[in-house]
Amino acid sequence: MLKVFKALVKRDMTLAWRRRTDLLNAVLFFVMVSSLFPLAIGADPKLLRLIGPGVVWVGALLSCQLTLPRLFASDHADQTLEAMVLAPTPLSVLVLAKVLSHWLCANMPLVFIAPVLGMQFGLGPEALGVLALSLALGTPSLSLIGAIAGALTLGLRGAGMLVALLVLPLYCPVLIMGCLAVEATVSGLSPEPYLLLLAAFSLATVAIGPWAIATAIGIAYE
Amino acid sequence: MLQVKQLTCVRADRPVFQGLSFDLKASRLMQVVGVNGSGKTSLLRILAGLLKPAEGSVSWRGMPIEQQTSDYSLARVYMGHANALKGDLSAMENLHWACLLAGRDPTQPVIAEALNHWGLNRRHHLPLRVLSQGQQRRAALARLSLLLDAKLWLLDEPFAALDTEAQEALEHLIARFLDEGGSVILTTHQAFGLSPRITDRVDLDRLRASC
Repeated sequence: MLKVFKALVKRDMTLAWRRRTDLLNAVLFFVMVSSLFPLAIGADPKLLRLIGPGVVWVGALLSCQLTLPRLFASDHADQTLEAMVLAPTPLSVLVLAKVLSHWLCANMPLVFIAPVLGMQFGLGPEALGVLALSLALGTPSLSLIGAIAGALTLGLRGAGMLVALLVLPLYCPVLIMGCLAVEATVSGLSPEPYLLLLAAFSLATVAIGPWAIATAIGIAYE
Repeated sequence: MLQVKQLTCVRADRPVFQGLSFDLKASRLMQVVGVNGSGKTSLLRILAGLLKPAEGSVSWRGMPIEQQTSDYSLARVYMGHANALKGDLSAMENLHWACLLAGRDPTQPVIAEALNHWGLNRRHHLPLRVLSQGQQRRAALARLSLLLDAKLWLLDEPFAALDTEAQEALEHLIARFLDEGGSVILTTHQAFGLSPRITDRVDLDRLRASC
């Protein structure tokens, strides 16, 4: 089972690498959104520091949203997903591998770029560290929640729009806690409670997500 | 081995066929015939476990397939219309992944041999999308050469888009699989060389639901 899991992570990462412009698009979008705000708003350091965490987090969230529709749709289109449904390995294990590789390819780059973008908003080193950490802890749940929505809308027309509608309300808690963690650091408080909450949220989605995704895919094939 | 009892299939609220029963034993070749829309693909998908029948049951070795653990998924191989291969991966990568997923782990030389057998020499490492349709189909069928240890093949239009050479290769492969104790259920409109070996035939037109 572990072997199949590893092979699927490797397969999806190979596929992502061979279609790297898609991923680059999403990363570039993140960079652009976050860089345009300081230009548009002006150089008031106090204001920038205030909106910085929020802007970077929203950028990361939307960038994640961009890559989600393809997570299962391409496998569904060429029917390789069907082979996964029929495989002896439980489907929930397979989808967890798919989500993991999505996170590694699409979200991990954001974690590393975010501190650089945060500098434009005059965030201190400590706040930048917390920003990266909050993204690292929060984005797994973004991937998993998005994957559930992606699986629910398999084979539907206009799935992208529907995914956005389904997913955004569920993203809100992650967004709020992520921003609060950074803001707490900026104002000299401990970010720990927010970071712990983010981690808890991610762990909860890791526990429930794969099962929900597998069920949703099962429904799509009936 | 495979027992089907009083199977009824409903698609989009319309009954497709009803009251289908058969018992498929080892080393048997079953052909499913019927006009377009008579439910051939639906039948194979039900047998594979992808679709739930409206009524009736499918059992493998005496146990309904939805209660089976991994036994049935290791024993049956389903091949649909589509090749179920990734255009961005090479034939080698595609086959290795397909076999791993099916619970086998063939080595590279074994896969290479299967690909050569299907006339894909020197194309093992090219992205599949640069190959022709026919070659892609061959790569998909090469999967069967690696899954001879299965017990049941469900093949949906396996002869579509194949040239005579590939068709013969597939016929030989099916014959070998039958000799080794496997059973095959296939749908096709074409005449093919295995006709004398067909032991069972299901005509879905006669089971067409009256509505």
